Amino acid sequence: MILAQVVLNGFLVGAVYALFSSGLTLIWGMMNVVNFAHGDFVMIAMYVAFIAFTALHLGPELFVPLAAMALFLLGVLVYYGLVRHVMRGPMLAQILGTFGLALVLRYATLWIFSANFLSLPENLLGEVQTFAGLRLEPSRVVAGLAALALTIGLHMLLTRTALGSRLLAVAEDRSAAMLVGIRPDPMQALAWGLGAACTGVAGALIALFFYISPMVGESLALIAFVVVCLGGFGSVPGALVAGLTIGVIESLTSFWIGPAFKDVVVFILFLAVLWFRPQGLLGKA
Amino acid sequence: MMPAATRFAGRWVFAVLVVAALLAWPLFVEDQFYQRVGALVMLAALSASAWNLVGGYAGQISIGHVLFFGCGAYASLLGFTWFEWAPILGAPFGIALSLLLALVVGGPTLRLKGHYFSMATIALAELARIIVTNAPVLGGAVGVSGPAMPRSVLDLSFISPLPYYYIFGTVLAVLLLFTWWMNRSRMGFYLRAIRGQERAARSLGVPAQRYKMYAYLVSAGFTSVAGSLYAAMLGFVDPDSGFGILLSVKMVIAAALGGAGTLFGPLVGAAILVPLEEITNAMFGGGGTGITYVVYGAIIVFISRFAPGGLAEILSRFQAWRARRAG
Repeated sequence: MILAQVVLNGFLVGAVYALFSSGLTLIWGMMNVVNFAHGDFVMIAMYVAFIAFTALHLGPELFVPLAAMALFLLGVLVYYGLVRHVMRGPMLAQILGTFGLALVLRYATLWIFSANFLSLPENLLGEVQTFAGLRLEPSRVVAGLAALALTIGLHMLLTRTALGSRLLAVAEDRSAAMLVGIRPDPMQALAWGLGAACTGVAGALIALFFYISPMVGESLALIAFVVVCLGGFGSVPGALVAGLTIGVIESLTSFWIGPAFKDVVVFILFLAVLWFRPQGLLGKA
Repeated sequence: MMPAATRFAGRWVFAVLVVAALLAWPLFVEDQFYQRVGALVMLAALSASAWNLVGGYAGQISIGHVLFFGCGAYASLLGFTWFEWAPILGAPFGIALSLLLALVVGGPTLRLKGHYFSMATIALAELARIIVTNAPVLGGAVGVSGPAMPRSVLDLSFISPLPYYYIFGTVLAVLLLFTWWMNRSRMGFYLRAIRGQERAARSLGVPAQRYKMYAYLVSAGFTSVAGSLYAAMLGFVDPDSGFGILLSVKMVIAAALGGAGTLFGPLVGAAILVPLEEITNAMFGGGGTGITYVVYGAIIVFISRFAPGGLAEILSRFQAWRARRAG
């Protein structure tokens, strides 16, 4: 029974991992840019949620969309202000630019809020329920299910709508897309906006049950990298499967070996997959 | 336009002047703070130049080179903690461990392409960091220290930063000489071919995997030496200062800024970034306020925004501007 509980918790956290990793995979797959500030986007969203809750007294039903919009704007801004220019240079320039951005976001937050851990009230969404012997924390359940729904929604947006087709067309072949009348710039800005909005929702959702600190982005970014590599660059369904898998593995490792070692198992698994199946779990050969 | 012979001679004169200036400058700088910055520049240049062999010349962007740096740093201080050795005596063990690790993980990792390679190297370094953090015998989260008081000159424990400046500089000179030689040898041609288009290089018979491995091994060895020297200078290392991802990225940034895959690029990059970091740190105070890294990060963002090609791009733009003005 306790095992079922552990798996469930891992699954719910994994859904949130899947959501913000989908944002990374979208950007990565579309223009082959690695965003080293991705984890810090999630961190910013957590602080947006915290401020919206404490200063503006907004509930989760409002601060989650607010964080999504704020991060969407940040993403578009970062694209037009930085990424568009960095893409002219070699791949090293991307590391320089996005890592510099990560430092600015991380340490500006540290400067303003100090290194203290913050958190939202524990039972913001109501008391813990018990169902069929499972302990259901409303914050985790809501976060997990919302993240799951939004990740699937993002996949639908990309594969079932005209807008999604235009986005994928630019990803597939920039010049060919231009030939059929799609301007790549707004599409890529949109990809950054959407990718960042994913971190916005995910960050606000994680804030419901996770501590908030300026340094939290680093470990989240590493998780996102692993998820994206495992799922295959640009694949949202891949990110979903990989995110859920990582969540469950982390949870099981914490339970069986100890919380300090959860990332050890994740990284070993990650390396094993890279070494033996370099195209990712769901990637094409 | 100068004749080729004059230009060649000019380059040698310039090189001699630069080396002379590098040798002599600490003697003119009285301030210990700046002497220390000079030593740190040499150290950063050493690790960035070691990274440059793999990341610059071979074009395989490793973001986990701190793995070898940490091995070197820990080997030298663990030698002291366990056996009371002078820290520098641990360095050969650090090198041996680094080479062994590079040999074992390099095989499957160097086969990965592009971002996959970068991510695998990050994962390896993070694995090392987590393992060291959770192993009390390796100092755990607290880290390990060197001798509190110097016992002999072998401890390499000096009050003045100048000896460190010259020690780091000497190792750097050895590495740069090797790099210079390698670049003109068969290996240099092979690595450039691999960086340009690995598949094409392979089809022309370049043993890509083997030569990437050679570059990786030499690079790992020198990075390990940098780690050992760093530990000897500071007398302390913990998981974050030995295996932290920020250190890996700093090596990449220094090389990228000065010009990856050029001989002096990493040195130039380090000579800009280290003083920048140290001076902002001194101006705005460490104290955990983080303003140092805001400024540091902002400047990196600024450079990548306006000159994504690094200083080489600024230089070529300047030359183009001068040529236009000369008409």
